[in-house]
Amino acid sequence: MSEPGAAALSVRGLRKAYKDVVAVDGLDLEVRPGECFGLLGPNGAGKTTTVEICEGLTSADSGDVVVLGRRWGRDDRELRQLLGISLQETQFSEKLTVLETVRLFRSFYARGPEPEAVIRMVQLDEKSSGRVGQLSGGQKQRLALACALVGAPELLFLDEPTTGLDPQSRRQLWELIDEFRAAGRSILLTTHYMEEAERLCDRVAVMDHGKVIALGTPRELIASLEAEHVLEFAVGEGAAVDAATLRAIEGVCSAARRDGTWQLQVTELHRAMPALLAELRREGAQLTELRTHSPTLEDVFVSLTGRHLRDD
Amino acid sequence: MTDVAGHPPLTGRHRHPLAQLTLVRYLEFVREPEAVFWVFIFPVLLAAGLGIAFRSRPSERTAIAIPRSIPHAEHVAEALRRDDRLAVRVLDDSVATQALRIGDVALMLATGSGNKIEYRYDDRRPESRTARLIVDDALQRAAGRSDPIPVSDRHVSEPGSRYIDFVVPGLLGMNLMGSGIWGIGFAIVDARRKRLLKRLIATPMSRSQYLASFVLSRLTWLVLEVGLLLGFAVLVFGVPVRGSLLELTVICLLSALSFASIGLLLASRARTVEGVSGLMNLVMLPMWILSGVFFSSSRFPDVIQPLIRALPLTAVINALRATMLQGAPFQGVALELAIITVWLVVSFPLALRMFRWK
Repeated sequence: MSEPGAAALSVRGLRKAYKDVVAVDGLDLEVRPGECFGLLGPNGAGKTTTVEICEGLTSADSGDVVVLGRRWGRDDRELRQLLGISLQETQFSEKLTVLETVRLFRSFYARGPEPEAVIRMVQLDEKSSGRVGQLSGGQKQRLALACALVGAPELLFLDEPTTGLDPQSRRQLWELIDEFRAAGRSILLTTHYMEEAERLCDRVAVMDHGKVIALGTPRELIASLEAEHVLEFAVGEGAAVDAATLRAIEGVCSAARRDGTWQLQVTELHRAMPALLAELRREGAQLTELRTHSPTLEDVFVSLTGRHLRDD
Repeated sequence: MTDVAGHPPLTGRHRHPLAQLTLVRYLEFVREPEAVFWVFIFPVLLAAGLGIAFRSRPSERTAIAIPRSIPHAEHVAEALRRDDRLAVRVLDDSVATQALRIGDVALMLATGSGNKIEYRYDDRRPESRTARLIVDDALQRAAGRSDPIPVSDRHVSEPGSRYIDFVVPGLLGMNLMGSGIWGIGFAIVDARRKRLLKRLIATPMSRSQYLASFVLSRLTWLVLEVGLLLGFAVLVFGVPVRGSLLELTVICLLSALSFASIGLLLASRARTVEGVSGLMNLVMLPMWILSGVFFSSSRFPDVIQPLIRALPLTAVINALRATMLQGAPFQGVALELAIITVWLVVSFPLALRMFRWK
């Protein structure tokens, strides 16, 4: 760790444009030592550009980036030894074995665990002498993690570490990331899975169009909705239901209609639900769908942008 | 997961990165059986094929046709058969004419005006012109001509002047170029396409060591690649190596470095394997034709000769031929070595400057 208390990563006024597209538009963020910080946002929000600037792989148009108290362009050699990086969509050489690949990466670092130990850590020991080309998607992501961990990094960058993985592989990777954080190292990860951010991150920055639109712990962000429940329903065609009427119902904080479904943020479900049903009966509206759930980061994103994190 | 596995003890510098990178190049190559075939087996097969096809046949006979219709056809045939340079066939007229037309025979006899013997042949075919001389000589002798000047023949056939001797240095040069350019170009563009290059520069890896590992692994294979083809040619066909082995080694090393740099240059920016293949073919195809791999480049017009001589493959092949066939000393191939060196010192720094890592 560099100076105690100093930020592991500090970004001020970061800006980056590609031709006519502004990818990052005046972004500030700070990753504290020992924390797992998440950048949550839809595809194209500027997460990868932000991370690659912090990794020293892309240059910024303007802004200030301090990584572990050091700067790109001045302390590159030192920084490369201190960072662990997992990029989106890296394909390792398929003809090499897992052990050969990790050994190669280990040889670049002045210190770190033994390759065999890292492979055990990411639970690939059974595949150690197997070719990379034979690994499943989850195993390849764990190999990428092993290559990021092999230099015993102070700060770990993970760009969409679980995209495209099945739920079981995803949980397995989450456990590994938990263990790394338990060792006191810092992590910056990007994701467009809200459950991943909720599960892994101490703090989350919600990104959209190159800006941070909300920042806090997952709990704080969800609490900012001031709703205990989210109630979703749909009614048959021809029914006249309007937002003002719904908002007037006791316990309803907000109401919005998206893709034919009404979404209400509700503080007291036990009062709001009967009142809603009574209101719909009075309007003569036929209920076709009704469900409730506890609010998630997805709902935070929806309430901030009016859009979902993922289109699917 | 135990604590021990979660926080394994740290150790210092592991193995040398350049050694690891070179080892990886080696492993990637030997695990690609197709590449091993094209680099090592194919050139030997090609040399074997050419050596057999163009082997010097000791007493190759020239085929000629005698139509049955000419006077005393059998008698004439008898006289000509005494000359062992000729393969005489007595044929029906139409068959004989057809055989001449398709080149089955080099010459046919016919009855010309005034009952003279007429030789029918294509004046542009060297074989036919030779046949004309032999047949006339044989007929005149049979008719009793005597030669005023006594002569005798002595046949010589020396290694070094046969087609296989000419073509083996050409194949060596072609192989040096192909494996240098292909071996490096594809591997680098593939790593760039897979974003492996980007991942590697996110580590403390030295970029020049990464590129050096390609060149180093090329030099390792060079020993096998050249040794195999040369050994085969020397043992099976008796192709001579008259110059010093040191000189041959220097030429091969320098050529391999030079072509490896050209390969790096060609691969320095391309993002797709298709893109780099096009570029490599564009660069190599003219050299396959112009640089004298299979036939002498002196066949091309004089105006483009300086251009041809400046091509790296021409320089490599000329140097190899001079060393192997004529035993030329270092001074004899100085110009060629200079040309090869220029290609090396121009293309390597250029490749480093232009190289796209992301």
